[in-house]
Amino acid sequence: MRYLTDRKRAVGKGSAHTGAEHHWYMMVSSVALAFMVPTFLIIFGRALGSGYESALATFERPFPAILAGLTLFVGMQHFHKGARVMLEDYTSGTTRKLLIMLVVGLTYALTAAGIFGIAKIAL
Amino acid sequence: MAEETRIERPLSPFMIGPYYRPQLTSMSSILTRITGNALIVGTLLMVWWFLALAAGPEYFETAEWWITSWVGNLIMFGSLWAIWYHYLAGLRHLIFDAGKGLDIKTAEKLGWACIYGSVALTVATVIIYWI
Repeated sequence: MRYLTDRKRAVGKGSAHTGAEHHWYMMVSSVALAFMVPTFLIIFGRALGSGYESALATFERPFPAILAGLTLFVGMQHFHKGARVMLEDYTSGTTRKLLIMLVVGLTYALTAAGIFGIAKIAL
Repeated sequence: MAEETRIERPLSPFMIGPYYRPQLTSMSSILTRITGNALIVGTLLMVWWFLALAAGPEYFETAEWWITSWVGNLIMFGSLWAIWYHYLAGLRHLIFDAGKGLDIKTAEKLGWACIYGSVALTVATVIIYWI
């Protein structure tokens, strides 16, 4: 028998070890997105369906291009952390690990592809 | 002295249905998760649109035809509502995190605010697109 208190045995054995960090990131990114998303929605929505020349003219300008890239990046970071919580709630074991890897990979791929596209349009 | 015992840790159980009757608070909460995760579909289309715009006019025409087809429109306008719902529900989450609005009456009011507010904001955004 080891002379340890229950508390000492429990310290550091939380499910993810970094729960507060995760939650804090979600709060920070949600506030950032709250500022960016409305403007982005208007710029993107007006460009969508407006034809090639008009869409190109919109995202050639620095502000729409930077805002689009930033919204995509922060949005995808916010997404993968949120989706991860859902996966942790409903799946377990290897399935959970593989799905988390898939979501993280997908969000980074979308971020890279989107920023490449936006950069090519803007530059 | 407490013994070290191995216990099977349960997954967080899915409470709505078998244990809890569906209520506005729980439904508006689960809808936050559904809308947030569903937004990946609209994001995929959006990134495709940006890549197509970068690729040139011919490919862009194909991509935009799909994205503004009736299926594409359904996804994009659905995503517009989803993003507004998730937006308002996220603000509600920040209020809850600050320890405010947690009594049932206020929480239910905030739930209705998310539902009606998201529809109102979607309509307002579509009007801005038209003008």
